[in-house]
Amino acid sequence: MADTATAGPGGRPGNTETLSIVVDGRQVEARPGEMVIAAAERAGTYIPRFCYHPRMKPVGMCRMCLVEIRGPRGYSLQPACFVAVADGQEVRTTSDKVKKAQDGVLEFLLINHPLDCPVCDKGGECPLQDQTLAYGPGESRFVEEKRHFAKPIPISGLVDLDRERCIQCARCTRFADEHAGEPLINFIGRGDQLEVNTYPDHPFASYFSGNTVQICPVGALTAAPYRFRARPWDLEQVESTCTSCAVGCRVVVQSSSNRLTRYLGVDSDPVNQTWLCDKGRFDFEAVNSDDRVTHPLVRRGDELVEVSWDDALAAAAQGLAGVKHRGGPSAVGVIGGARLPNEDAYAWAKLAKGVLGTDSVDAQLGDGLPAEVVLGLPRATIDQACSADALVLLAPDLREELPVLFLRLREAAVERGVPVIELTAVPTAMTRYASASLTYGPGEVAALARALVAPETESAPAGDGEQPLDVARAILHRRDGQGPGADGDGVVVVLGRPSVAEADDMVDEAAAVLFGAWPEARFLPALRRSNVHGALDMGLAPGILPGRVGLDEARAWYTAAWGAVPEERGLDTAGMLSAAAEKRIEALVLLGADPLTDFPDRQLAQRGMAGATFVVAVDAFLNESSGQADVVLPAAMYAERSGTTTNVEGRISRLGQKVVGPGVTRPDWMIAAELAARLGGDLGMDTVDAVWDEIERVAPSHAGITRRLIGDPHAADGIVAPMPRVPVRLAVGTGRPGGAAPVHAGATDTGAGATQPAPGPIDPMATPGIGAIESQGIPNIAGAPPTANGEVPGIPSDVPADAGPAPRAGPPETQLPVAGPSQPGALEVGPPDVPSSADRPALVRFTPAKPRSVPAPDSYALRLVARHRLYDHGTLVQACPSLAPLAPSPGLRANPYDLDRLGVQTGGRVRVRGREALEMGVLADTDVPRGVAVIDLDLADDGAEDLIDSGRTVNDVRLETL
Amino acid sequence: MARLSAEAVAQARELMSLYPDSRSALVPICHLAQAEEGWLSPEVMEHIAELMGITPAEVLGTASFYEMLRTEPVGRYMVSVCTNIACLLNGAYELLEHAEERLAIGVGATTPDQMFSLEEAECIAFCDRAPCLQVNHRFFGSVDDERFDTLVEDLAAGRLDDDVPHHGVLSRVRRQGGLAVPAEQVRAERAEADRARAERAAAAQAERS
Repeated sequence: MADTATAGPGGRPGNTETLSIVVDGRQVEARPGEMVIAAAERAGTYIPRFCYHPRMKPVGMCRMCLVEIRGPRGYSLQPACFVAVADGQEVRTTSDKVKKAQDGVLEFLLINHPLDCPVCDKGGECPLQDQTLAYGPGESRFVEEKRHFAKPIPISGLVDLDRERCIQCARCTRFADEHAGEPLINFIGRGDQLEVNTYPDHPFASYFSGNTVQICPVGALTAAPYRFRARPWDLEQVESTCTSCAVGCRVVVQSSSNRLTRYLGVDSDPVNQTWLCDKGRFDFEAVNSDDRVTHPLVRRGDELVEVSWDDALAAAAQGLAGVKHRGGPSAVGVIGGARLPNEDAYAWAKLAKGVLGTDSVDAQLGDGLPAEVVLGLPRATIDQACSADALVLLAPDLREELPVLFLRLREAAVERGVPVIELTAVPTAMTRYASASLTYGPGEVAALARALVAPETESAPAGDGEQPLDVARAILHRRDGQGPGADGDGVVVVLGRPSVAEADDMVDEAAAVLFGAWPEARFLPALRRSNVHGALDMGLAPGILPGRVGLDEARAWYTAAWGAVPEERGLDTAGMLSAAAEKRIEALVLLGADPLTDFPDRQLAQRGMAGATFVVAVDAFLNESSGQADVVLPAAMYAERSGTTTNVEGRISRLGQKVVGPGVTRPDWMIAAELAARLGGDLGMDTVDAVWDEIERVAPSHAGITRRLIGDPHAADGIVAPMPRVPVRLAVGTGRPGGAAPVHAGATDTGAGATQPAPGPIDPMATPGIGAIESQGIPNIAGAPPTANGEVPGIPSDVPADAGPAPRAGPPETQLPVAGPSQPGALEVGPPDVPSSADRPALVRFTPAKPRSVPAPDSYALRLVARHRLYDHGTLVQACPSLAPLAPSPGLRANPYDLDRLGVQTGGRVRVRGREALEMGVLADTDVPRGVAVIDLDLADDGAEDLIDSGRTVNDVRLETL
Repeated sequence: MARLSAEAVAQARELMSLYPDSRSALVPICHLAQAEEGWLSPEVMEHIAELMGITPAEVLGTASFYEMLRTEPVGRYMVSVCTNIACLLNGAYELLEHAEERLAIGVGATTPDQMFSLEEAECIAFCDRAPCLQVNHRFFGSVDDERFDTLVEDLAAGRLDDDVPHHGVLSRVRRQGGLAVPAEQVRAERAEADRARAERAAAAQAERS
C-alpha cells in the first residue's frame, strides 16, 4: 500500500527515480513520466497555460505553453504540457521564438473573446486576463466582427454559460468526462462556431458541476449563487474544511462584508484533490440565510419568545437540573452533535457525561453504525482505499452521501485499475465501475459476505466463472502476487449503512464476517453526517468516552480527569426516543438534530418528542423538532467559529473562521461551558484552543496531536488520529493558499505562529480565485500581506536567484506568482511522546453484536431499501435557495415485474402498507431487483419515514392498488 | 419518427462489436441512423446514446462536428453539387445556379414538398466526369442543365428508386454478409501487435542502457 504521507501531486507514491533536464540553461530534476510544464514549474520556471491542469490529463489544446524543445533537427516549438520529460532534454521557455508564439496564441485566443472584463465575474482573478497582461502582445490586429451568442444561458440550476468568453480549453468537458464520469457538456459544432454546451433540454445535472466553474480559465462558466456578488479584490479568505459531509474536503472560505460569498476547493492531495461537490460548494447560502435563529428563545405558552442568554441558559439549566433531580441522570438524553466541531463535541460530551452524568448521548440519528464498529475496526485512509489490491464496498451510494469520496474511488477504479467489489441491494453510481457488483436481498448481506470470504477450497466453481461472485473471488484469490493477502492484507472495505430500512446490526454482522476472515484488512467508515466521526471520537455515543475508549475501560481515567462519569451504559437515539415515549427519559437536548425529519422511523420520533417534558435545542435553525423545544439556544455555524473537524479517515483538520455569526449566536462549546456553570459544574474551558489542549491531554486516540502540530503548515492536510506508530513525513503540496498564516490564526492563537515555513505556492491557473485573492484581496488579519510585486509570500529564500521567470518586458506587477519548490522541507510526525501510564485506557476494539435472525421474505411483500439523496428536504439544503429546488421528487421505485402484477406503471400511485399505510407515486425501474422497493428519505412530505419500524431487522411493504 | 428501426439497432450493435472500444462506432452508427430519415433528430441521437451507453451530448458533439452528419431535417434526396476545381472549370457554378432555379431553393435549403435538398460539395472524386454531383451519395457525372432536369424528374417520379435509396447511406457502413473479420480475431491480433510493440520497445530500451 502507498505511504500516504509522502505522495505528492504529480508524483506517484514511492517513485523516487529522477532524471535531469535543462530548462533555460539550468539543470533541473524531473520525475519520469511527468510533463515538461510540471517539471519546469517545480523548478521555479512558470510556463503559461490554459488547458493544462495538474489534476487532469493533458490535451495540448490551447497552445499557450509552447516552448522550444531540442530534437534531432534542432529546437522546435512544442506544447510543454504534452511532451514528457526525457533525460538530457533541453528546453527554452523565454526565447524570442517562444515569445512570438505566446503573442500569437494570445492574439488568436482574444479574437473572439468579448473582453467584457468589467462585467465579468472572473475579472481580477482571470487566467486569460493575467496571462494576457504578462505574456500577450498588447494589441490586436483583428478588426472584424466577433462571434456572438445568446448569453448567459443557464446550463443547470447552478451554472451559467457564456459561450462568447470561452477559449475552448476543454477543462470543463474533460472534468465532466474524466473525473465526474458524466459527460453532459461537450463541444458542439466546429471551427469558429465551436461551443461548449449541453444536449438541448438535458441540463448539466451533475453533483460536481461547480468544479467546472472553479477551473474555467475565463468567465465562460459562472456560478449562479456567486454571479455579480463580489469582486475578487473585495474578498478575503481563510482555509478551512468542508463539513457538508464527512469527507472533509479542504476549501477556502471567501467572504465580503461579513457575508460568505463562495467556497473554492483546495488541492489537498490525500483528500479532495481540488474537487468539491455542489452541495458543499454552495451550502454557504445556509450560513447567510435570513431564517437563522439569532437570539435565544424560551417557550412561553405556545410561543417561542426572544430572551437574553442569561435567561435562556438559566431556563435550560433549571429544566435539566429539575429532571435530573426527579429522575436521575439517566432521565436526560442528548441527541445529535455531528454538526459540531471536535472541540464543541468534546465540550458537550463532558457536559453530558461528566456534569449531567448521563450516558444516553448519540450523535447519530439511527442512520449510521454503532460507535464500536466505526471506532473499533482498523481504519483505512482514502489514499489506501485508492491503492488497495481489492476495494470492497459495503456502503450506500457514495455519490449521494460522500460525493468526493466517490470521485476519488471512481478515479482509482478507472485510472488505476483498482478492482472494486461492491456488495449492494440496489445499483449505485459505483456499480458501472465495479469489477464485480454482488447483489443481496435486504437482510442477507452477512450471508453474501460469508460467500465472498469462504476459503478457496470450499468454492467449487459455481458457474462458468463469469458470475459476479466468481469474479470477485478471483480478484481476492489472485495468484500472481498482485492480489491481496489471504489475511486480507491490501483489502480495504468501505463500510457504511446501505439502507436505513435494515437494522445496523445487519452491517455489523457482515463486518464481523469480513474482519474475521481478513484480520489485516482496513476499513473506511462511510458515515455521511458532517463531523460524525469527530463526534464519535469525542464520546458523543453511548458507552464511549472521548478518545475512542469504552465507558467501562476508561472509567478510572475519566473519573480522574473529569471528576465523574456515568454509572452505566446509556441509550442510542432509537433507545432514547423509546424511553422518552415511555417517560423514562424526560429531558432531551437536541444538538443540531431534527429527529422528526431525520430519524428514519417517524412514528417513534413523534412519540419520543411528545413524551419528553423538557426539550432544549441548540441549533442554527428552527426546524420541525427545534420548533417544539422549550428552550432554543442559537448556535454559530460553519465559518463563524474555529476549531477542528474529523473526516471518515479520522483525519483531523482545521476549520477557519471567516465571518461573525448573526445576532448573539455562540459556538456550541461556549454554550456547553455556560450551561455547565449554571448546573454547578465547571468544564474548565475558556478558549477553543484550551479545549483542544485538554483533548490532546485526555483523549487517548488524540495523544500527541498537539495544537502546534495541527497548526503547522505541513499539516494543512490534517493529521490522521491516532498518531502513527512509525514516523511519517508530511510534505506540503501546491494548490493551496501560500500565506504563512495558519488557518485559524485570525480567530485564535494556535501557537503555530507565522514563523513556520509557508506551504508551497499556489498554481494560479489551476485554481484561479485562490491565488488571486491572496495576492490582491483584503489580507487576513493575521495573514502575511502580499509583497509589493504581487508575489506569493513565503517562497523560501534558498531558491536560487534565477529560479523565477526571466524578466520580461512590462511592469513588474504583471509577473505571475512563481511556483517554487513544492516541498519547503518536510515535517516528520511520529508516535506520540506521552508518558506511558497504566491507567491510560486502551482504544475500543470491534466486538460484533449477536446476530439477529431475519424473517424470510414474504412473496407478496417487497423488501424495503431506504436511502439518502444528496439534495433532500433537510434543514441545511432547504436553507439554500440555489440547492433547495434540486431535491428530487419523491416516489417508490420497484421492478416493473412487481408493478405489472398490480397493473401499475411509472407515474401511477399505489397504497404502500408498511408500518403505516400511505399513498405514494411509483417509478418502474429495471435496475431495482425484483422483490425490492426503494424509497428516498427526507424528501418532500411523502411520509416515507412512516413506513419504517427502526426496531425491525428488515422492513417489508405491500403495494396495493388504490 | 422517434427511434431507430429494429434493423438499424441490430446493425448498430454489430458495428459496435467491430471495434475494441465500441465508442468508435459512433460515426458509422450516425450514418446508419441518417439513412432512416435523412437526418439525426433529437430522439434518434438520444436513442444512439442509449444504445452506446454514452450521453446525448457526446452524440451531438460528434454529429455537429461533421458536415455529412445532419442535425436539421433534409429532403428525401440530398443533391450535392461539386464545385471543386475540376468541376468549377467545367461549369459547376452554372450548374448550381441552374439547380437553384429548377428546384426553386437556395443552397442549403429544402423544397417545400420535402423532396430535395441542395448543397454545395467539395470534391467527390468523380473529376473525370466533371461537372458532377451526388444524390444521396450516388454519383452522376457530366451533368448539364438538361440532364439535371431529367434527373430531378426521374427522382421525383420514383423511376430511380432502385439506384438511389431514399436518404442514402455510405455503402461501407452497411455490411452485407456479416463481419469481415470476427471481433475475437481483431482483439487477438491487436493484443499480439501490442505485445510485439512492447517487446521492441523493451529491446530498444535495453540496447540504449
